Amino acid sequence: MTRPRVALFVTCLVDLIRPRIGFASIAALEAAGCEVIVPEAQTCCGQPALNSGDRKTAEDLARRTIAALEPYDHVVIPSGSCAATIRVHYPEILEHDASWGPRAAALAARTYEIMAYLDEVRGWKPDGVALPATATYHDSCSGLRELGIKRQPRRLLAAVDGLALRPLDGAETCCGFGGTFCVKYPAISNAIVGEKAAAIDATGADLLLAGDLGCLMNMAGKLHRDGSPVRAFHAIELVAGMGDGPAIGEDA
Amino acid sequence: MNPTVSDSFGARVDAALADRNLKLAVERTAGTAEAKRTLAVDAFPDFDAARDRAAAIKDHVVANLGFYLERFEANATAAGAHVHWARTAQEACDIVIRLCKQADAKSVARSKSMLGEEIGLPHALAEAGITRIETDLAEHIIQLSGERPSHIIWPAMHKTREQVSALFRTSHRNPHEEETIAAMAESARRHLREGMLAADVGISGANFLVADTGAVCTVTNEGNAELSLVPPRMHIVTAGIEKIVPSTGHAVHMLRMLSRSATGAPLSQYTTFYTGPKRPGDRDGPEEMHIVLVDNGRTTMREEGLAEMLRCIRCGACMNHCVVFRQIGGHAYGGTYPGPMGAVLTPAFDGLKQSRDLPNACTLNGKCQEVCPVRIPLPTLLRGWREKSWREGLEPASLRSGLALWAWFARRPRLYRAATATALASMRLMGRSGWLSTLPLAGGWTRYRDMPRPPADSFMAQYKKKLGKGPRP
Ligand code: SF4
Repeated sequence: MTRPRVALFVTCLVDLIRPRIGFASIAALEAAGCEVIVPEAQTCCGQPALNSGDRKTAEDLARRTIAALEPYDHVVIPSGSCAATIRVHYPEILEHDASWGPRAAALAARTYEIMAYLDEVRGWKPDGVALPATATYHDSCSGLRELGIKRQPRRLLAAVDGLALRPLDGAETCCGFGGTFCVKYPAISNAIVGEKAAAIDATGADLLLAGDLGCLMNMAGKLHRDGSPVRAFHAIELVAGMGDGPAIGEDA
Repeated sequence: MNPTVSDSFGARVDAALADRNLKLAVERTAGTAEAKRTLAVDAFPDFDAARDRAAAIKDHVVANLGFYLERFEANATAAGAHVHWARTAQEACDIVIRLCKQADAKSVARSKSMLGEEIGLPHALAEAGITRIETDLAEHIIQLSGERPSHIIWPAMHKTREQVSALFRTSHRNPHEEETIAAMAESARRHLREGMLAADVGISGANFLVADTGAVCTVTNEGNAELSLVPPRMHIVTAGIEKIVPSTGHAVHMLRMLSRSATGAPLSQYTTFYTGPKRPGDRDGPEEMHIVLVDNGRTTMREEGLAEMLRCIRCGACMNHCVVFRQIGGHAYGGTYPGPMGAVLTPAFDGLKQSRDLPNACTLNGKCQEVCPVRIPLPTLLRGWREKSWREGLEPASLRSGLALWAWFARRPRLYRAATATALASMRLMGRSGWLSTLPLAGGWTRYRDMPRPPADSFMAQYKKKLGKGPRP
């Protein structure tokens, strides 16, 4: 496959809160030799319904998402948890469905989290991207445990000139976002993210990076409330050479 | 203040989060356990293969439970023990109380067992007017303070050393003089040994029941099981039917997984296989041994899609590594079993209606499954409870209608874009800087965190403008 037709699944949070992540994704994918299409029929992968127990809605949105994304060679998503929803959970929840089950499995096999796609499938590295800064990286849970995202973003970030990565104490510990968990149990979520924010501050890094906007909003929102100077970006923004723009929550 | 079970989950959580001692105590013990487990697992040759084997052993037993239980009964009986069957918690307690009365027992020495807590045995003994001595150090602390266990391995993990010292000073006849661990342990030892030696009946749980020998295996780090079960005239074991393993070899494999996952130790200090009562020529041991095999919902769990939960060997690794447990401690869960495993088990034992918060109060981060030595897919089982709760209409109306509205739009991309554009426009009005510190309908978020102010146009809108035409379908 020389120039794959890649459908970018934008995720509802990226669409509504931080479009830059979508544009960074397109830039990196194009640099890696892909033809990028953003199918208009996409909305949300249905993860909030799935995790709230609304199985019927989750299945319904899964079918619609599959139909929107299946004409393409690959589906790439700048979010470990949405990618895991399609890769891991769609085939599970549609297993009982004789016609949609196989379609879910086929799409799952072509769906990738963006860091894994760029690093493992495309064998690509950012070229000529520079950002003199220190950063620390949080491993978001779904990407880490359901998809094995760990080395890929670090390899890509290592190719950014001048960027130094500092280890984060408890990098693999959940930040307390958990989708609807953070609004259903805000006090527990706050206690968890409070510890995460303290660990991030303790690294002394300028930037906090991660691969999931939900987790980033949670951590960045807490850091800002606590008056921390640490600025947060989705890792793809740095990889695509957009790390010199406004961080999450900064005015453009 | 200790939250009580009768409070709502929210009230228990608030009490737990406000308790600084609790946080300190839980962090000390769970943090140490986490670090030690990591070292033990790293040093174990191919721990993942060993976990696969442990899961396979349990799955095999759970699928063939009837066969192995009959085998166990036959072999335990041949060794001189009496086997009893209890379908419910009540039946199990009734059997134990009847046996204690037969033995004319004034006092019983109990070696810690979570099943005993599950069936409410401490309460049943009190009702029957039988004095109970808890011989496990932590369980002793719990008994003295009139509380319930907050962890399955360290029932008193919610207490700091300083709090325990104060408790011993007021409750022991000869309390410790210096506030050192050694002096406190000595004080407990003096106090407990009297009770153990005077008891008429010893009651224990079982870590494993060995089908082909009829043996009961217990594991402790204090030797209190041996000391409290051998001197009394009668030994009563209460065990869940899923505790069975085919052979001693299988038990040993499970033991290696259990102790490493629980405390990070290669083996626990004391591991004993009891096979029947004292035989002619034996110098010590109980004259009678009774084994009460308890179902209490386990057969139903197997039938209702929770068979994997019956693999659980009660190591506690899932709770030690759980971000939520680490913040709120065990009492907040309100059931016998806390943490992720408790969030799966409590709805099965107490009913989903009373405990629907437990499967929900989880970020589904998957760490529990990552450390579980028998690979129980805890997040999947928790999601299963959420689905049941949704089907049965137990989820709050606000969540149901909010999700329904959002899903209605998500099914209609055009209307979805129009609706989100309106939402973005109104959110733009709410703050001038990049951050919003209050947000209607999102008070749960902005009470503790700021929210990045959304852009004027969504990604989709901006993308369309950039292309100068609609994005290709
Ligand atoms: S669920 Fe797994 S980790 Fe948790 S107590 Fe049971 S065996 Fe241990």
